[in-house]
Amino acid sequence: MLSTTLILGLVLGGTYALLALGLTLQYGIARIMNLAYGEFTLIAAFLVVASFQHLGVPPLVALPFVTIAGYGFGWLLYQVMMRPLVARSGSSGRLEVDSILATFGLLFLIQGVLLVGFGANFTSISYLDRGIDVLGVSVALNRLIAFAICVLAGGALVVALQKTRWGLIMRAVALTPGSAPLVGIDVNRVARQGFAIGSALAATAGASISMYQTFSATGGVVFTMKALVIVIMGGVGNVPGALAAGLALGLLETFVATAIDPGLTLAATFAIFLLVLLWRPQGLFGART
Amino acid sequence: MSRIILPLIGLALLAIVPLIVTDYGLGLLIGAATYVTLASAWALFSGQTHYISLATVAFYGTGAYTVAVLNETLGYGAVLLCAALIGGTIALVVGLATLRLRGVYFVIFSFGLAELVRQLITWYEVNVTGTLGRYIFLDITTRQIYWQMLGLAAITIALTAWIHRSRLGMALRVIGDDETVAAHSGINLARVKLLAFVLSAVILTLAGAITSPRYVYVEPSIVFNPTISFLTVIMALLGGANRLWGPTLGAVPLFLIFEWLSSNFPDSYPILLGLLFIGVVFLVPNGLIASTERLLGKAKGARG
Repeated sequence: MLSTTLILGLVLGGTYALLALGLTLQYGIARIMNLAYGEFTLIAAFLVVASFQHLGVPPLVALPFVTIAGYGFGWLLYQVMMRPLVARSGSSGRLEVDSILATFGLLFLIQGVLLVGFGANFTSISYLDRGIDVLGVSVALNRLIAFAICVLAGGALVVALQKTRWGLIMRAVALTPGSAPLVGIDVNRVARQGFAIGSALAATAGASISMYQTFSATGGVVFTMKALVIVIMGGVGNVPGALAAGLALGLLETFVATAIDPGLTLAATFAIFLLVLLWRPQGLFGART
Repeated sequence: MSRIILPLIGLALLAIVPLIVTDYGLGLLIGAATYVTLASAWALFSGQTHYISLATVAFYGTGAYTVAVLNETLGYGAVLLCAALIGGTIALVVGLATLRLRGVYFVIFSFGLAELVRQLITWYEVNVTGTLGRYIFLDITTRQIYWQMLGLAAITIALTAWIHRSRLGMALRVIGDDETVAAHSGINLARVKLLAFVLSAVILTLAGAITSPRYVYVEPSIVFNPTISFLTVIMALLGGANRLWGPTLGAVPLFLIFEWLSSNFPDSYPILLGLLFIGVVFLVPNGLIASTERLLGKAKGARG
């Protein structure tokens, strides 16, 4: 019983971690608090399902395309919508409020497009839905694949950010965007890249979620909310922190769903969020400032 | 004196309008009065402090649902009092947890609050009472609802006007401009923010409670509709959230436009809403009043 919860929780947590990684990049590097983030994942999920149902494209084949499209979408969105806001706010603290409001509008815009395109019904597909034995627990293959995608993408990102010159530049902008230009960093380019990679991760997460979860056009808020809670728990902009917090949230939710009631998972998420805010608002893994 | 007398005359005129309009017109009036109240109450806290609350419907829905639960056991006045108390308590708890921190935590929390309250009520109703969905049968006419809502709107605006001139309003403005400065000048940040937030939440809850008889049938998914939070924010922003009449100026025309859009373009309604919202954020970031003043100022400058 306990090992079932543990393994299923870790697998779910993997998807959550991936979801939160993109958001933490967008907020940490591009300084955009993206409330439409969950809608980004939903676009990807709907695209994967539609291409599977109508064209017969297997989700695993569609996944890399969706990821690349997500990068392009994020790049374009930053250029068209976020960049003017960044330019307008200058060094004042206005960007945070403006980005929250603009993406709040974007949330409804995307939701409306999804409702028109795909309807309000819950959608799911059956893909690689057979049990695989993991340490005596039967886990659906599609969930395992989603977990593997998370480990690969998240791991690659952590290594790239910590070990490469590119990662160093990214971290420099995340730390002090004001000083980064002094050492010849084009902050605008880096921020755009951060936002685009965040969108690509959102799309990847959406594609993996579509393989095993039921979702609907109006459910994006819950994804955004969970990702936000994980980002706060891990510490804003802290990639390893987000990974750990994502796994922890997956475990907690699975535990609440099996031991108490599946209807209370969101309440559990919020309870954790409140605890973190009261106890360590800088994040479980962040340094005190 | 005209600053007090003109609004009073307007209020008196608005109070006798329902005696001559049709039922449809009265419905529109109630909707407009509701959104004027919601947008003004929202601006009471968020307009000055720049702490964007996305939880309007969490309080509005709580108010409506309180009436649905209690309307058969308590008198109407007691039900309204209960609703105000419940809304105020939720705001107090949420505010205590989040308003001590940076603004973004508050935004995030308020973003999910409506969904949380909705899921908790749904869970409670399904598992404990076994009745999802309730009826409201109250002996209240549509006109009485309108007069109550008009009164609440008037109180909200009067309260805002009073706060603008009081020490509390001054403190809120300083907090909105610069929290560090506010703290150094001896303002008790958490207490001032909490006070304004609870006040605003109580009004939002009452607005939900007063309109609830119009729904007749109440269900969590109906009264916790996130579109209401969304409309409130865009209305207050359009007029100018830090001005006394800004929210009213934004709420009335936008409410009429939204009514027209939702009956003529029901499918693409959310898309149009989203576009309008983004348009407001980009084109009139400080609200119509401020933009008009700037234009007038420029015209004057060019002439002189």
